[in-house]
Amino acid sequence: MSVDRSTVLRVAHLARIRVADAEVDKLQGELNSILGFVDELSGLDVADVEPLTSIVPIAMKKRADVVTDGDIPKKVTQNAPLAEDDYFVVPKVVE
Amino acid sequence: MTDLTALTIAEARDALAKKDFTALDLTEAYLSAMEKARSLGAYVLETPEQARAMAAASDARRAKGEVGALEGIPLGVKDLYCTEGVRTTACSRILDEFTPPYESTVTANLWADGAVLLGKLNCDEFAMGSSNETSRFGPVTNPWRRRAADGSIDPTPLVPGGSSGGSAAAVAAHLCAAATGTDTGGSIRQPAAFTGTVGIKPTYGRCSRWGIVAFASSLDQAGPFARTVRDAAILLKSFASVDPKDTTSVDLPVPDYEASVGRSIKGKVIGIPKEYRVDGMPAEIEALWQEGIAWLKAAGAEIREISLPHTKYALPAYYIVAPAEASSNLARYDGIRYGLRVPGDDITDTYELTRAAGFGAEVRRRVMIGTYVLSAGYYDAYYVRAQKVRTLIKRDFDLAFAAGVDAVLTPATPSSAFGIGEKSGGDPVEMYLNDIFTVTVNMAGLPGMVVPGGLDAKGLPLGLQLIGRPFEEETLFQVGEVIEQAAGRFVPAKWW
Repeated sequence: MSVDRSTVLRVAHLARIRVADAEVDKLQGELNSILGFVDELSGLDVADVEPLTSIVPIAMKKRADVVTDGDIPKKVTQNAPLAEDDYFVVPKVVE
Repeated sequence: MTDLTALTIAEARDALAKKDFTALDLTEAYLSAMEKARSLGAYVLETPEQARAMAAASDARRAKGEVGALEGIPLGVKDLYCTEGVRTTACSRILDEFTPPYESTVTANLWADGAVLLGKLNCDEFAMGSSNETSRFGPVTNPWRRRAADGSIDPTPLVPGGSSGGSAAAVAAHLCAAATGTDTGGSIRQPAAFTGTVGIKPTYGRCSRWGIVAFASSLDQAGPFARTVRDAAILLKSFASVDPKDTTSVDLPVPDYEASVGRSIKGKVIGIPKEYRVDGMPAEIEALWQEGIAWLKAAGAEIREISLPHTKYALPAYYIVAPAEASSNLARYDGIRYGLRVPGDDITDTYELTRAAGFGAEVRRRVMIGTYVLSAGYYDAYYVRAQKVRTLIKRDFDLAFAAGVDAVLTPATPSSAFGIGEKSGGDPVEMYLNDIFTVTVNMAGLPGMVVPGGLDAKGLPLGLQLIGRPFEEETLFQVGEVIEQAAGRFVPAKWW
């Protein structure tokens, strides 16, 4: 399988990465090179194989549903590019 | 006084115990070495004040008789590990000046055992790369240089491998006693091979991933770089823990790994997989592999030819699974809560501009590949198929181990270190092929260790890889020590 220009732009938008028009051709070539490489898998019969879902055959640990941390709004927002009164400031989302 | 930076952890530990010098002396020696080696680009942030304070605190503890397993040992930390109050960037622009208000579990374990933080080490952006050329801070230069045919030194700067290139270079150049790394497809083992250092990727679940910037969560694992097998064993005991904050951290006691170093390997069955002979592999690598086999045989191991038939599918499957998980993990970098923000007209515009400015070319490629293989209509054809292939790769190893194989011996890399810029040009796949021997181990969740085996005709280090059964890292240290004893240790001639 390979991707065309419009697919590159669609995937870029899904990934929320702006791609300049001038970059599309180069990206298309690179993505197709990678997709060509992974295409080797299509030659393998995996019809009766279960997909691997857990690499270690041990049941996932569960913890009690209790609060273990909190009351640290300053720590939570200290790295924000824009914060005010312990809130993250974002562009207007709702009109 | 002798050069304190030349000491291994085991040697420094004994000398500190005998009060030959203090932790502060040792730390000063490293800080001075780091200052003179800045041209290598191994550190992206030096923390001398914190290092001195931690070393002085270590000396104070020792005076009171409190001595941890790594008491007073100065370490470098890959910039993928969150360190409280110390900038952590994953070597990406998108994290800007991010300064975590918390400490990763692994580094917290190291400090609890008495270690000292020297600074943060360079790596590929989000650990995506095999040459340390994708870092926002620029490449790392390998302390090793090629020798020309006439014996003269070729000054061409070489890569240290990646993604943990800063860690590998710093350990090889004696800019820290040891370093932390992470390994998603070979990011500890490949740079260890390129720099003549020892690197181990433990079994998935052995070390907590909490507080380590995530790349591909089902493959990522923390591990140490060291100068000797014994040092790596000492470190892993401190790295490993059962962590309630990481649900994939496995609830198994941590053994005393150092006790396995020096134990006889008589009767151990070493598997030699025929599939690890690839086209275009230099004859020197095949020769080193044969030498490794001979060393283990001479030490009493039983050598057995084995087959791991799905080996060739591991790398293509990896380049579906890893980017898919990366695209999901990296969705959090949106310019809102931390890191870089490029303001746009609306929220989507802000996301798109921020991520375009913050991610480098390789990260962008992988996020886009991941987004594509997870998108509607392609999920089964790519992602599910790759996870099925992963089952087959794991089964290959399971069958070999069930038949009595204790460890598998392979070459570590298909070449020795290459020049900066030599493979970072056109086709991204050319770079990916570096991890052809290491990636299977991540896909199967197994422990793997690289030990230096020798130098090639150009005078560059080559490594041998040992792959073990899940949670049987002790076997790797046991067998690795035999290789180290036979091969010797390799230190680059200082030119920086």
